[in-house]
Amino acid sequence: MAAAKKSGPMLAIDNIDVFYGAIHALKGVSLTVNEGEIVTLIGANGAGKSTTLRTISGLLAPKTGSVKFLGKDIAGMKAHKVVAEGISQVPEGRRIFAEMTVMENLDLGAFIRKDKEGIEKDRKMVFDRFPRLLERKDQLAGTLSGGEQQMLAMGRALMSRPKLLLLDEPSMGLAPLLIREIFEIIEDINRTGTTVLLVEQNANMALSIANRAYVLETGRITLTGDAKELAASDEVRKAYLGG
Amino acid sequence: MELLQQVVQQLINGISLGSIYALIALGYTMIYGIIKLINFAHGDIYMVGAYIGFFAITQGGFSVVGALLISLVTTGLLGMLIERIAYKPLRRAPRISVLITAIGVSFFIEYTSMYFVSPTPRTFPQMFGDVAVSFAGIVINGQQMLILGITAVLMVLLTYIVQKTKTGKAMRAASFDTETAELMGINSDRIISITFGIGSALAAVAGVLVGIYYNSIDPLMGIMPGLKAFVAAVLGGIGILPGAVVGGLILGVVEALVSGFFSSTFRDAAAFAILILVLLVRPSGLFGKNTKEKV
Ligand SMILES: Nc1ncnc2c1ncn2[C@@H]1O[C@H](COP(=O)(O)OP(=O)(O)O)[C@@H](O)[C@H]1O
Ligand SMILES: [Mg+2]
Repeated sequence: MAAAKKSGPMLAIDNIDVFYGAIHALKGVSLTVNEGEIVTLIGANGAGKSTTLRTISGLLAPKTGSVKFLGKDIAGMKAHKVVAEGISQVPEGRRIFAEMTVMENLDLGAFIRKDKEGIEKDRKMVFDRFPRLLERKDQLAGTLSGGEQQMLAMGRALMSRPKLLLLDEPSMGLAPLLIREIFEIIEDINRTGTTVLLVEQNANMALSIANRAYVLETGRITLTGDAKELAASDEVRKAYLGG
Repeated sequence: MELLQQVVQQLINGISLGSIYALIALGYTMIYGIIKLINFAHGDIYMVGAYIGFFAITQGGFSVVGALLISLVTTGLLGMLIERIAYKPLRRAPRISVLITAIGVSFFIEYTSMYFVSPTPRTFPQMFGDVAVSFAGIVINGQQMLILGITAVLMVLLTYIVQKTKTGKAMRAASFDTETAELMGINSDRIISITFGIGSALAAVAGVLVGIYYNSIDPLMGIMPGLKAFVAAVLGGIGILPGAVVGGLILGVVEALVSGFFSSTFRDAAAFAILILVLLVRPSGLFGKNTKEKV
């Protein structure tokens, strides 16, 4: 572990090109995430943020370029194998299994694990973090409110005990108060040892909790740097923070 | 009184026939649920199951239970093999390509079977003919008891697998949202293969049971029950397991009542009238919710 830490970034995406048929969605994107960081990827709708996360997760394969996780090239690896490498994604729109119970959703998050005791412990950890899920554990996930569904999607992703957590627009469609709560939880998840790559359109909130940030515009990284500095820069303020 | 007796008798006949439809319809609905394919070859799988059972009994000298098990396992593996060869390469292809392939697979199975077993119908040995329970003028014969018993056992088993086992949970997850299931670490290709295996095994059992019930099997015997089971699956709400069972039972009962009280000529017409009615009045089926298209 310690050796892997020293040898370079946890995640290193190098110059990837990703296509949907003829649509060139990512054009030479490179980014890195170091262990322990919160890195955010911001950009307008359609910029390619989800495409980036889906490529890391293995749902898409880059045509060229590499995706290295803990030194291993995972580009083109099947999504269900990427989870076992230690990457978990909270997809855009939450994508919870609506016709299954909260508990079943969490169990599916732990699908790749066999250590019953460890799973039990993590379930308790998730319920501690999201007490509302405990109250609703036998309810069908589809009956939860939007905020609760987001919490379930996050809890489910944590159940695989990821080293790197990918979050795709967790604030989408939520009331401001809930967004604040969700972001506090993200910070807390990070403090307890999980590295986070956060995709957001809500640049303000994302920059406020991130260490570093990348700005994506129509498939290219146009800016990168320290999150606080980017939040203060004129370019970002104009384009993403409403002046 | 006599009328009531007749109605009950037809209900029993209908539930027996309906159990067969239900077993076939389950495979349709499971496969549709996971890859959105109307597997037109499913009725032919049922035919293959009947033949394997036939040969196990007549050539292999196996008991009915032995023949059912052999047919179930072999046909299940055949279903997995067909999926691997014909459908898996088309995972990212447009749905219409897969559908046309399924029709091709259907013809392929029908006509290769004819080559190997000849188009002439075979006569299944008489079994359970002399066993019967009767009370108040209503008769349940041995073959019907066999059908009802086996179907009940399989339903319980399937419910257990789908609801309680890890594989069953993975099947439900992958049916609901394949991509997100992959994100959980579920190998969706493996789950699709298992689904074809289970669906084909259930159809195989139906094939053997029909052989025993009607005594006659032939290479094209799967066409009509295949269509009927499709109607049953649509009636219940395609993709929904209890829907397939209820749809199958309703269809069987309607057919039995129509043949019993009008004429068996109208039996098939009744089945397809149901299909048209469902598509007009409630396309999502009895158990179906108004489906939100996945974005
Ligand atoms: N399944 C798809 N098929 C074709 N084009 C797609 C698909 N998904 C996304 N795109 C296109 O790729 C580009 C990037 O999309 P996406 O990564 O979803 O952006 P973001 O998450 O930043 O809003 C957009 O132009 C979008 O229209
Ligand atoms: Mg997106």
